[in-house]
Amino acid sequence: MTVLCLVEQDGGAVTDASLRALTFARSLAGDALLAPSTPPGAGTAAVLFGEAAGVPAQTLASYGVSGAHVVEPGQLAGYAPLAWARVLAALISETGASAVVAAATDRGNEVMAHLGALTGLPMAASCVSAVPAGPSGSGQWRLVRQRWAGLLLEDAVLDAAPALLTVAIDAVQPVPADTPATLAVQPCQPELADGDLTVRATESAGQSGGISLASARVVVGGGRGVGGPDGFAPLEELAALLGGVVGVSRVVTSEGWRPHSQQVGQTGTKITPELYLACGISGAIQHIAGCASAKHIVAVNKDPGAPILAHAEYAVIGDLHEVIPALVTAIRARGVST
Amino acid sequence: MEILVCVKRVPVVGGKIVVTADGQEIDTRMSGFAISPHEECAVEEAIQITERLGGAVSVLTLGPAAAADQLRDALALGAGRAVLLETDGREWGPVATAAAIVAQARRHTPGYDLLLLGNEAADTGDYQVGIRVAHALGWPCVTGIKHIEISDGVVRARREYRGSEEAFEFGLPAVITVKEGINLPRYPSLPGRLRAKRAAIEQHEPPWEADSLRMVGLRVPQTERKQATVLGTGADAVPALVALLDELGVLP
Repeated sequence: MTVLCLVEQDGGAVTDASLRALTFARSLAGDALLAPSTPPGAGTAAVLFGEAAGVPAQTLASYGVSGAHVVEPGQLAGYAPLAWARVLAALISETGASAVVAAATDRGNEVMAHLGALTGLPMAASCVSAVPAGPSGSGQWRLVRQRWAGLLLEDAVLDAAPALLTVAIDAVQPVPADTPATLAVQPCQPELADGDLTVRATESAGQSGGISLASARVVVGGGRGVGGPDGFAPLEELAALLGGVVGVSRVVTSEGWRPHSQQVGQTGTKITPELYLACGISGAIQHIAGCASAKHIVAVNKDPGAPILAHAEYAVIGDLHEVIPALVTAIRARGVST
Repeated sequence: MEILVCVKRVPVVGGKIVVTADGQEIDTRMSGFAISPHEECAVEEAIQITERLGGAVSVLTLGPAAAADQLRDALALGAGRAVLLETDGREWGPVATAAAIVAQARRHTPGYDLLLLGNEAADTGDYQVGIRVAHALGWPCVTGIKHIEISDGVVRARREYRGSEEAFEFGLPAVITVKEGINLPRYPSLPGRLRAKRAAIEQHEPPWEADSLRMVGLRVPQTERKQATVLGTGADAVPALVALLDELGVLP
């Protein structure tokens, strides 16, 4: 079967989230490739918006992508969710795709929901796995999807051809194919309808002006224990020394101590850093939903019974106002500076 | 400016989520309920918009009879009118939910200028009800919005995406889904609470319809619960902490 995958790019490279979606898409297409009646041309096809000349062909091929449908800026410039969905709808008809997949990012969920509304098909968000439940092409799937930002899993049955799925990015690792595919790049001429471009994004640099919380390698977290809006300076300094950013718990943003854009958690940002250093954060489950995919969690907390300690690998029992400045001093003593 | 805000009643989960023995729902015997967080901000945003531009806020929910509590919460904050689409306790999927909202929006005359929803419900996380509503009404839709300005029937809305900012401009009527952080919801006043207690709630009972995405069961993911290795106490633990950061490869 053919599986279409919406691929997002950042600075000419495939985003980490989309690599995970491509891995997921390949597993769907691969399951079906084992069937004896596999038609030619089956496999994973990427859908990209950007210059055809700038397609990250090597990455796509290494992830087993055999076709890339590219919509160039001359045809459709900028992010317009309904227009992007219109392109996918046309490609479903053209390719006879059995499934359309996107990463469960803000854009992925948005475009796929528009696609669902355009086609009258159901859309399953934040999928962890999907397997055909009936004979190939019957349009029956058994799904596992996340609820509560991953704190709960739902086993579900989907009756739809094609299946519209977004992929929970913290549940699927990005894995290249065993054998790379040969990629064929096809330009795509979208036929847009009236109103498809009514909603189109104008992008500008954000206030964070650097590393985004979602992709930071180190996140220094601050919670209620920071004590107030004036207590974040040592955390900022430590984050800068480690080349990372500050993230905060929900109470910090609802108290107005820090902007909401820094919130880690179900109603904020999901992070996937190498290190999450959680300072003065008790560890409500909505916060854990946002940081559980950190590779290593280290907690600094006065309370040895704080729930965060059940999710952390290491802990320092103590007051962050004492520990963090001492840590900053020790790191500076090693000759590290910002 | 006539605004309809759609809110969802969700359990308030504290330390952990527990599923009932039949695996069909969250065990809420020990938990309270609240408006889903993004939608709490949608209610606040609607009230702020009408404070600036005039008009009225209606609030709508689809849920069991007890969801009237969440409507009264919104009324206490300043919504003027409340509608309960009462269900029999079965879960409604996003397609059927959107259809019920559309039917209610069409029932209202002279019609709404703006529909506000949360970006996604805290519990089911389907990320699509607002968009499906917009398609059915033929209105533009933006999601995940963190800032709204409206003047002369034109909406300017902004959101963050991967560290940059996306701005949108379009006309009314429209559907906007918002995220927490767009504002800090106010607390209800005492007169507001009293007014909400007495307010009439319009009720309808739309028939349940199956979605072609059907929940079979719910389960809590198995995660290995670690107990953290304690490196030490207070500033005395700093040398061990530095050694650990070095070992993890995060020291420059």
